[in-house]
Amino acid sequence: MGYRSNLERVLSEGKFAVTAEIGPPKGSDPNKIKDKAEIVKGYADAFNVTDNQTAVVRLSSMGGSVILINSGLEPVMQITCRDRNRIALQSDVLGAASIGIRNILFLTGDHQSFGNHPDAKGVYDLDSIQLTKIVKDMRDEGVFESGDKILSGNPDIFIGAAANPFADPFELRVDRLEKKIDSGADFIQTQSVFNLDKFNIWMDEVRSRDLDKKVHILAGITPLKSLRMAERMKFHVPGVDMPDEIYEKIKNSADPKQEGYNLAIELINDVKKIKGVHGIHITALFWEDILPDLVKETGLYPRP
Amino acid sequence: MIITRQKEFNELLSLIKEGPVFIIGCSECATLCHTGGEEEVLSMMEDLKKKNIETTGWVILEPACHLLNDKRLLKQHKAEIDKAKKILVFACGNGAQTVSEIITDIDVIPGNDTLFLGEIKRASDFEKRCVMCGDCIQDLFEGVCPISRCPKSLLNGPCGGSIDGKCEVDKDIDCIWDIIYKRLKEKGQLDRLKKIREPKKWSKSTEMRRVL
Ligand code: SF4
Ligand code: SF4
Repeated sequence: MGYRSNLERVLSEGKFAVTAEIGPPKGSDPNKIKDKAEIVKGYADAFNVTDNQTAVVRLSSMGGSVILINSGLEPVMQITCRDRNRIALQSDVLGAASIGIRNILFLTGDHQSFGNHPDAKGVYDLDSIQLTKIVKDMRDEGVFESGDKILSGNPDIFIGAAANPFADPFELRVDRLEKKIDSGADFIQTQSVFNLDKFNIWMDEVRSRDLDKKVHILAGITPLKSLRMAERMKFHVPGVDMPDEIYEKIKNSADPKQEGYNLAIELINDVKKIKGVHGIHITALFWEDILPDLVKETGLYPRP
Repeated sequence: MIITRQKEFNELLSLIKEGPVFIIGCSECATLCHTGGEEEVLSMMEDLKKKNIETTGWVILEPACHLLNDKRLLKQHKAEIDKAKKILVFACGNGAQTVSEIITDIDVIPGNDTLFLGEIKRASDFEKRCVMCGDCIQDLFEGVCPISRCPKSLLNGPCGGSIDGKCEVDKDIDCIWDIIYKRLKEKGQLDRLKKIREPKKWSKSTEMRRVL
């Protein structure tokens, strides 16, 4: 059977998938990505390239994805609704598909006020759910958002979306996932899991609605590199739920980096056991070289 | 009501550069917002005087966005206006433009920043309700407008950053999607949130440049 991407193949074959994030540089030097690519190559099935994450200007996710392809890695290109309207978004999807990008993850995006250009005008012409639906219709029906027909080549994209099991109102969190599935998401990468209990409650509800059979869920794993990072995640990153217990562990540790690594290993081993979780998505931004060890030590190497 | 905020005094000074000035206020929204009523205009005169900027005269338009009323009232102040180097308008962005349509030979400076259509909660407490998008769809959201009140204008919210009913972009404001959620929950209609809301039709907002 033909798969759109390696990631789709791994997930469809029922293997436990690993994706990992690669943050593009604040500049045009391709070697910054190529060097990271060399280190992590073979340790994940596909690699997310972020789209100006936290609203800080970086090399574009399309540019970064091309560099990965040329280095022999499969990208998951991220696209946010913050900076582009429906014309530019659909055009970028066509452009990405034309140069061999097969996985795209659609997000609403971090608000511009958090980044290094707070004076920018946020676009938000669409939200991530609307965009997901539009891309599904482009792919499966061959129509643009306006209803106009695509004339030469529907973008054959494996569609990704994000989910946050931890935000409020908690009661709506599985409804939101369902909405993303209805709009056309093939796979889901979740917000970083630190609060395993809450994640389990969410997954229980996901399974009770059989949603794990309709979409591939990859649990977000973020290794904590330092106390500063733990503090930032706990107190400043919107939507992250870090229990005090984890924060205290890092805080009281003589070697926070090692402790963060150990916690990530524990979490990976725990989420691996949760029924309905089809993989993990590792976000070790600016600590990408930790990936090989993490994957080997949790028995996820070699990749299928 | 149209909510305005007076520009910082130092910014005003840098816009004025040199006087004398003629000051214009507005009897409606800017008066209620305390950004351009008689009281504010008079105290602005005092403040400018301390910086050696004289005022040739002042008027409160009724209201500033009314072209014919403005023509009539400004005519009565012609001599004072002619002596001024700058016209300082404490109205909304519309009021200032109606003035600059009439007074064409002197620079007109907007003294206020125009923010949004908002509710007067208390004397000086205003909250955004509308950005005049041209196609009102608040009925889909329990009479609560996410276009103007969610910083990301999400029609399929809430986003993943809503915590304890507060907005991720500004902890001092309520997450508007949390409010929509609570209203629906009270009614026992949470199911309505499962419907995927279509992209907004922005075409209507640019069509409506003039209404006759
Ligand atoms: S939907 Fe448009 S017109 Fe209606 S309240 Fe919101 S911004 Fe105003
Ligand atoms: S927290 Fe609520 S109001 Fe703020 S951006 Fe998210 S959905 Fe919109």
